[in-house]
Formats: sequence, C-alpha cells, structure tokens
Amino acid sequence: MTHAMQHGAAAVYSDSSATVSPILEARNLRKVFPVGGGSLFGRQQTVKALEDFSVCLRPGYTTALVGESGSGKTTAARILAGMYQATSGDILFSGVSSRNMPGGLQSRKYHQHVQLIFQDPFASLNAAHSIRYHLARPLQIYHKARTKTDLEIEILALLQRVSLTPAEQFIQKLPHELSGGQRQRVAIARALAPKPSVLLADEPVSMLDVSIRLDILNLLTRLKDEENLALLYITHDIASARYFADTILVMYAGQSIESGPSEALIKEPKHPYTQLLLSAAPDPARNSVEPLIGKGESPSLINPPAGCRFHPRCPFAKDICRTGFPKRTEIQKDHWVNCFLYTDALETASSDIPAPAAP
Amino acid sequence: MELLNTHGGKPAASPKQTSNNMRSMIKNLAAKLAMPQLPKSAMFWTGIGMLLFFILVAAFGPLFIHGDPNAFSNDSLAPPSVKHLLGTTLTGQDVFSQLVIGAKLTLLSGFAAGVIATTLSVIMGLVSGYLGGWADDVLSLITNIFLVIPGAPLAIVLSSYVPNTSVWPIVFIVGLTNWAWGARVLRSQTLTMRDRDFIQASKLGGENNFRIIFFDIMPNLIAIVASSFIFTTIYAILTEISLSFLGLGNILAVSWGNMLYWAQNSGTLLSAWWWFLPPGLCVALLGSSLAFINFGLDTIVNPKLMMVPSKNRGKKAAE
Repeated sequence: MTHAMQHGAAAVYSDSSATVSPILEARNLRKVFPVGGGSLFGRQQTVKALEDFSVCLRPGYTTALVGESGSGKTTAARILAGMYQATSGDILFSGVSSRNMPGGLQSRKYHQHVQLIFQDPFASLNAAHSIRYHLARPLQIYHKARTKTDLEIEILALLQRVSLTPAEQFIQKLPHELSGGQRQRVAIARALAPKPSVLLADEPVSMLDVSIRLDILNLLTRLKDEENLALLYITHDIASARYFADTILVMYAGQSIESGPSEALIKEPKHPYTQLLLSAAPDPARNSVEPLIGKGESPSLINPPAGCRFHPRCPFAKDICRTGFPKRTEIQKDHWVNCFLYTDALETASSDIPAPAAP
Repeated sequence: MELLNTHGGKPAASPKQTSNNMRSMIKNLAAKLAMPQLPKSAMFWTGIGMLLFFILVAAFGPLFIHGDPNAFSNDSLAPPSVKHLLGTTLTGQDVFSQLVIGAKLTLLSGFAAGVIATTLSVIMGLVSGYLGGWADDVLSLITNIFLVIPGAPLAIVLSSYVPNTSVWPIVFIVGLTNWAWGARVLRSQTLTMRDRDFIQASKLGGENNFRIIFFDIMPNLIAIVASSFIFTTIYAILTEISLSFLGLGNILAVSWGNMLYWAQNSGTLLSAWWWFLPPGLCVALLGSSLAFINFGLDTIVNPKLMMVPSKNRGKKAAE
C-alpha cells in the first residue's frame, strides 16, 4: 500500500507525464456494433459503444479508465489490443498510424508490443493446458526460445516475476488447481511473455477476492516501474484509480467526459457525472450521508440520448445539453472536461457552476 | 507427486523433461475426460467390459480356430453339438468358427469407418465454426448436403458400383456418408468457444488459426469428439452389416453381415436358429456395449444426467 501511495504522490508532484512522449495513442475512436441479424425490412440497429475516444499512454505511467458497466471501457481496451476494429478513428503506436503498420493491429508484431489482461481469470486460461503451455507458447512464438531448457528457464523466471513461487510447483499445474488470484498472476505472466511495451488491464481485479486485489494492483504497478510499461488500468472503482493511476479518464455511455491528473481530478471533479461517481464511493472520512446529486441509470446505447448522453440524469442539464455534445474545455494543464457548464463558465463566468461534491 | 525438473539449465535433464511433458499430457487428458467420475457409472464399465470381450475375441479368437471357417463339410444344418458348438450352415460350415473369425472384420471395419467419419467431422466442424465467414458458408453447405442425402441408400448405390473384392470400399463409403451430424454438433460447440476469453488470449499470444483450432479448441471438445466417434462407430457397424446382409459387400469374406446374408439366402431362417441368432445377437451386444460407453461419456459432458448414487439405487431395487 505504501509503495502505491508513494508512487501516486510522486507522479502528481513531479507532473512530468506530459514530457514523456506517448507510446500508444488513440485518436477519435468510434465503434458501432450491429445488433441482431438485421431484418429485411427496417433499419439495422446498432449499439453506439464508443464515441470520439482519445487517450495517450506513456511509458512508465498508469492511465485509469473509469466508468460504470456499459460505458465503453472494455470496447476501448479491445480496440487498442487489436481485437476489434474501430469503426473510425486512428491508433498510433510509437507515432506510427495503424494504417501504415504492416498487417495493422491484428498482426503478431503489434500484439507483441500491446498485450491485454482479461477481466475474468476463470475464463482467460484454457482448462485443457498446463501453466507451462500457457507461458511457453508466447515465448516460442515471439522470441523463438530455442532449446527446451531455455524455455523452462524463461517460464520459471516469468512465474517468479509475478510472485508465483515456488515456480517449479506452479509450472506443472492446470488452471483449475489454482485460485483466482493465482490465475490472474498467470494471465499477467502470459501477457508479459512477449515483452510488451503497453499493458492493457481490463478490470484486472474485479473478479478477485477483495483481500487479494491490492496484491495484484501492487504487482502491476511494480511491473510497470520495472519494465517502464505504459499501463492502462480499466476499473469502475474510482478510489483504486486514485491510488494506482497517474491520469484518470472518466467515461460515460461511450463518451469520454473528463480527464486529468488523478489527485486534481479527485479533489476537484468538474463534470457532474464525475461528482456523482465520487459521491457514490464510500468514504470513511465522510460522516454524513449526503444525497446523491444525480439519479437514474445509464442509457441504452442502441438509442442513446442526443447531445451529452448524461443529460437525462444531470441535475444541471440545460437545453443545449440535449442537442449538442460539448467541446473539450481545459480547466487546468492536462485537466479537461466535456461539459457545457464550463464552456459557459469560461465565457460568462455565470454563477451556476456546481460546487465540487467530494473533497 | 512428480519428479519435477527444477534444474532447467542442465541439458542432461531434457529426456526427463520430455517424459514429464508426456505425463502432464496424460494427466491433462485424464482431467479432461474426468477420469475420477467414470467408475461411478456402472453402465460405462459394463460397456467397456463387453467391448473388451469382443476385442479380445477378435484379436485372439482366431488362434483357437483351426481350419478354414468357409470349409464345407457333410454335416449340413447340424444343430449345436460338442463337435460344432453353434451348429453348421447349409453347406456344413462351422458357425462358431465363422462367428469368431467374423468378429475381426466387423470390428475393424466399424472402427475404421468411425475414424474416417470422426476425422472428417472434426476438421469440417471445427474449421467452419472457428473461421466463420465465407469459409463457414462453403463448409456448412457441404455439411448440409451430406446431411440431407439419405446415408443408407447412398451407401447402397455407391457400393453397388465399386468392385467388392474387399471390405474396404464399404468402410470408405460408410465413413464418407456419416460425418455430417458430428460436424454440425462440433461446429456449434466451436461457435460457443471461439469468442471466449482464452481463445482471444491465444490470438493475442500470436497463435495461428491451425494451432487455435486443433490445440486450443479441440482439447476442450474431446469428450464430444469421443462421444461422436462412438456413435458413428455404432452406425458404421450397423451400416456395414446391413450392406453385407443385402449382399452388397464382399460376400466371400467372413463377417457377421455375410453370415446373416447366407442364412437369409438359404431360406432357413425358420429352422436353423443357430445360424442367424449368434451373429445377430453379437451385433446387438456390440452395439449396446458402445451405446453404454456413450451414455457413460454423456454424464461427463452433461453432469445432470448422472445417475443417483449407487447406494440409493441399491436400496430402491431391494424394496
């Protein structure tokens, strides 16, 4: 815990993330999924899962993607991992656009650099294969491990790096012989096997027991520091994002609505949804239970609300919110928000800016 | 439990490692087939026992049969006696000798056809289910065509065209006309599997389609493949017997189907029961043994089918 807190604090005070050039960058990604088979008569319905999504991942820094279920977090991660193809938008790896990459995002070359850790460690390991097989395959494929003994040494080293010790015992086991936390460590080891430069962690601890979540998150942070990885940490738990991420990006119903350095964003949330999210998180320091500022549920993405998708739930919604999506407003350096409350604020300095709900 | 090779650095350790790998493969397979569950199913072990009996008869029976099972003798249509344990045929051939010798051909052709059909169904089902798109369209079309073609009549037509010098043409015909159902089942199972996380993870791990299909998906479907293999084998045995019974096989070969063919042809079905009853019973028992094994495997694929624990069953039977 101390390690993580120190790390988080250091990143905020040094505030140097912007000086490191991004290794993976998503620009204006949009993803639309067709629903059902589409009938002969009538329009094909679609789920607008992701709208205008942009993110920068820098080596040695953790970016948290925060939002509730259905906000497009996983879709964004899977596009970045090359599993889905974006409907529009571009992805740049080391400054090279995916359009100029030989083989694009589905190629082995890209997968070698960008690896995904799946949410559910009970589904992401093949029940028919031993841990040795799971780790040996990426090593054989990406690094052409030559002899069996070389391979064995590398597998054992991987297991040790994710703290599965004694590694000699784990190497032989089958997934069903391991606990959830141990499985997730194996999944992390597998993602590390190609020696990637970007690690996308899709809610890596949400399926795990509360008591081992911290261990796994600390492990990810340690690995990120050791290997100078760019880490994307997807979560619905904004409290854990605060401790483990340098930058937080908040999403709602497929739209990114606010982003900033963790401490600044938590201390002074601007978007009403971020405020709602923070007020919903339990805080032992808060001794009175304040009523939540918003109500309702996240909307259907087949027919999402026009304009800002949060407007049906937003206590500050104005007419303009129902028609157009607000432009990005920079509050401070690196802290921006998509909300008409602030586009107005900058121009007219009106008094209806909500006070931050959480300290 | 196992001698783990902890000193990976020594090249001398590699043979041991290979045996470890073999052991883990066997262990994997055992875990996959859920071996610890099997002994509970009495039906499964009954089937295994019966099948083993037929295999032993087919393998070692001929060692105890002296002389040509097709040799004629003067004892025409003799009832069972010490000299002819199961009597004789119209031309004085020993039915017992024919039954024992015929077991080999029936079993061999049945299992060979089962292997051909299962191999085809695995390839067609897994590849079309995993690849999707136009590959799936083409392979599914072929599968559907073989599904709607009535297998038995096609086999009859085909076998009347090919020269019947051996049993193998029938084996191939039966194998080639019976893979479509298995392919359908495996295709749908593959469809449920191809978007699961561990397959997606393999893709991100850089595996190619061939490895994903046959090394990642297939081991998870092994129980269904085994069950489909057994079902196809039953069907193959029955088809082979029917074709032989209709005289469409090699009528000079010694097989259970040919015994039935000659028995029926000589018009002695009402008098010489010892001629057609033994091969008929053997076919039925062989089919049942395979069906019992299949029911046993079913309880692994679908644990809901598992019988009440035998203790309770014993009590109920006693009441």
